Amino acid sequence: MACRAITIGRANTGIIAAVFVVVVILGPLLAVFWRAGGGAWLVSSDMAAIRFTIWQALLSALISVGLAIPVARALARRKFRGRAVLITLLGAPFILPVIVAVLGLLAVFGRSGILAALLSKFGLPPISIYGLQGVVIAHVFFNLPLATRIILQGWQAIPAERFRLAEMLGFGPREIARTLEYPMLRGALPGAFLIIFAICLSSFAVALTLGGGPRATTIELAIYQAFRFDFDLARAAVLASVQIALVAVVAVLALRVTTGDGMGAGLDRVVHRWDVNTVSSKVLDSAVLLLSTVFLLLPLTMIVLNGIAGLGMMPTAIWAALGRSILVALAATSLTVVLGLAMATASRERGWIDSIGLLGVTVSPMVIGTGLFLLINPWVRPTDVALVVTILVNAVMALPFMLRILTPACRAVETDYGRLADSLGLAGWARLRWLILPRIRRALGFGAGLTAALSMGDLGVVMLFADSENATLPLQMYRLMGAYQMQAAAGAGLVLLMASLLLFWGFDRGGRRDADA
Amino acid sequence: MLTLENLELRQDGFALTADITLENRDIVAVIGPSGAGKSTLLNIVAGFTSPDAGKVIWDGVDITANRPAKRPIAMLFQDNNLFGHLTVGQNVALGVRPDMRLNSAQKDRVEQALKRVGLADMGARKPAQLSGGQQSRVALARVLVQRKPLMLLDEPFAALGPALRHEMLDLVAELAGEIGATVLLVSHDPADARRIAKRTILVAQGMAYPPQDTADLLDNPPEALAAYLGT
Repeated sequence: MACRAITIGRANTGIIAAVFVVVVILGPLLAVFWRAGGGAWLVSSDMAAIRFTIWQALLSALISVGLAIPVARALARRKFRGRAVLITLLGAPFILPVIVAVLGLLAVFGRSGILAALLSKFGLPPISIYGLQGVVIAHVFFNLPLATRIILQGWQAIPAERFRLAEMLGFGPREIARTLEYPMLRGALPGAFLIIFAICLSSFAVALTLGGGPRATTIELAIYQAFRFDFDLARAAVLASVQIALVAVVAVLALRVTTGDGMGAGLDRVVHRWDVNTVSSKVLDSAVLLLSTVFLLLPLTMIVLNGIAGLGMMPTAIWAALGRSILVALAATSLTVVLGLAMATASRERGWIDSIGLLGVTVSPMVIGTGLFLLINPWVRPTDVALVVTILVNAVMALPFMLRILTPACRAVETDYGRLADSLGLAGWARLRWLILPRIRRALGFGAGLTAALSMGDLGVVMLFADSENATLPLQMYRLMGAYQMQAAAGAGLVLLMASLLLFWGFDRGGRRDADA
Repeated sequence: MLTLENLELRQDGFALTADITLENRDIVAVIGPSGAGKSTLLNIVAGFTSPDAGKVIWDGVDITANRPAKRPIAMLFQDNNLFGHLTVGQNVALGVRPDMRLNSAQKDRVEQALKRVGLADMGARKPAQLSGGQQSRVALARVLVQRKPLMLLDEPFAALGPALRHEMLDLVAELAGEIGATVLLVSHDPADARRIAKRTILVAQGMAYPPQDTADLLDNPPEALAAYLGT
C-alpha cells in the first residue's frame, strides 16, 4: 500500500533524535580516530588484553548457553510451584548493578566465602575468584538467565499442537528432540551465543573488580588504564578502534541471527507434554532447576544479609552519592524516553531510524567516554561535566533496549489504529497524547524502568571523569571495596540494589496502573 | 458529487480500474467476491492507497493528492473503530476536534450525537463496557459529529448478528439523510445492499463497474456476480 507521508511532524522529531544519537556516538568516535591518526603501537600488554577479551567472552558465552539449555528445557516442560517466581528472577540480572553482583559472588566464591568454607571442611584449598575464572563466573551469573530466557522463548514458540501430533505418532523423547527441539535450538542458539559474546566483549566493571593485572584485562579496562593511569591518549585511541571494530562485527552478526531477545512476554505458560514423565527426566530437571536457582539466589541472598550487617558502617558520603545516582538515573531515563519515543514513532516510515538507535549496542561506553573526554577537554574541565557525560552515555546505552521494547508497541498501535487516526486527522502532539502514549504505557513504563535501573547501577564512563566530589553510588561503592571496607561496601551495595529495584518497580508499576488498553 | 476518473491500481498480480460517478446523497453498496478489491476501492477514495493513474474528484476539485484527514470523508473500518483506552465521549469528541479541546457548544454536540444514536449518559464509559451493537452506535455518533459529506463503510457491522446489522444499516441511512451525505457501503451480503442501497457497484475481475440499480443487478446478476452469489 502506498501510504502517504501524513506524519511529517513525527518523522522530523525522529530524524532529529537519530541525528542526536549519531552525533553522541560518532562524534567521540571521530575524535578517537582523529587521535588514533597519531596513534601509538600497541604494547604487548594491549595485545594480551585483546586476546583475553576474546577468550573470556568466548568461554562466558559458551558456558552460559550450554548451561542454559537444560535449564530452559526444564522450565519449558515442568509445571511447579514457584515457576513464575523463578522466571521473574531470571529477569533480575537486567536490573542488578554489576558491582553489587560482584560483591555477592565474592561472598559465595571468594577467599572467605561460602564455597571456600565448604571446601575446607573436606580439606580442599579454596578456588580463586580472581582472574579468568572469576570473570567467567560473573559473566555466566549475568548471562545464564538471559540465555535461558532466549532459549525458553524458542521452546515455547513450538506450537502445542506439534507435541500433540508427536504424541499421537508415538514419539519418544529422542524423536521429539530430533524433530522438534533440535531444529528450534539450531535457530535460537547462535543468536543467544552472539548476544552474550558481544555483551562480554564490552565487559568493564567485572574485569575491573575480578580481573585486572596483565593476565585478566579486557580491552575496555585497558582503555581506561591507558587513559587514566598512563594518560597515553594515542594507545587509548588505538585500543578504542580495536574495541569498536570487534564489537561492531559481533553485534551486526548477532542482530542478523537473533530470533528472540529474552524480553518477550508469555513465558509463563507450560505446554502439556506426555513424554516427560519418566523418573530419570524428572530427577534431572529437578536437579538442574535446584542448582541454577542456588547459583542465582545464593549471591543475591548474601548481598542482602551482608548488606544489612553493613548498613551501619557506611560513611555518610554514601547518601550524597545515592542522591547523585538517582538524579543521573532519572535524567538518563527522561532522555532515553524522549529519544525512544521520537525514534520508535518515526521508524514506521523510516526503517533506518530504528537501526541508528541500535548503534548504542555496538559502541562501548569507554570509547564514547574517551572520545567525549578528548572533545571537551580543551574547553571544560572533564570532572565538571562528569555527571552530564554519564547521563548522556547511559541514555545512549539504554536506547537499544528501549527501542526493542517501544518499537513493536508503536507498530501495533499504528497497525490497529493508524488508519482511523489518519482519517480523523489525529496528528502530531494530539496523536501522541490521545493515541500513542495511552496505548504504549506498559511498554514505556517497562522500558523506563530498565533504563533507570541500568543507569543507576552503571559503573563505567563515570570512572573516567569523576572525582570524589561527584562520584555516583556504584563508584563510591567500588572505592569502599578498593579500601577493603567490605562491610561498608556491602551496605552500600544493598542501598544501591534497593534503589535500582525501586526505580524499576516504580516505572514499571506506573506503566501498568489503570492500563486498560 | 464524487467522481473516480480512470482510476488504475496495479500491485503484484492485483489490478483494479474504476471510472465511476456518484450523485450527492446517494447510498451505494459495493459488492463482489473477496479479494476483488472492494476495500481497496474505498481505501483509494479515502486516501490510504494511492492509485497509479487517474483522479479522485470531489465537487469538481481534484483531491487525489490530499491526505485522508484532508478529504471530505468519514470512514468506518471492519474493526478497531473505537480507541479502547478512551471513553465513549472522548471517542466521539475526536470527530469534532482531534486535539479534543472542546468548548461547551462542541461538548453539547457530542452529547446530542450520543443521544441521537440512543446512548445518552453513556459518555463516561469505556468501549469494552458496551455491547457490540452499542460500540457500532458510538462509531456512528462520531460519524454524525464529523459531518463529512462522504461516508465510507468497510463492513463495520460484519461481526454483528443479522437483526442488529439491519438495525445499524437503517441507522446509517437515517444519519446519512440527516447529514446529507453520500454513502459507499462495502458488504458481502446482498440483503444489506437491497436494504438501504438503491444502487450497487460490482467489483469483480479487476474492475469496479459503474453503479447499477441494486434490484436489477441482484435479480439478473452477470456471470462473475452469479458465481459469487451462488445463484
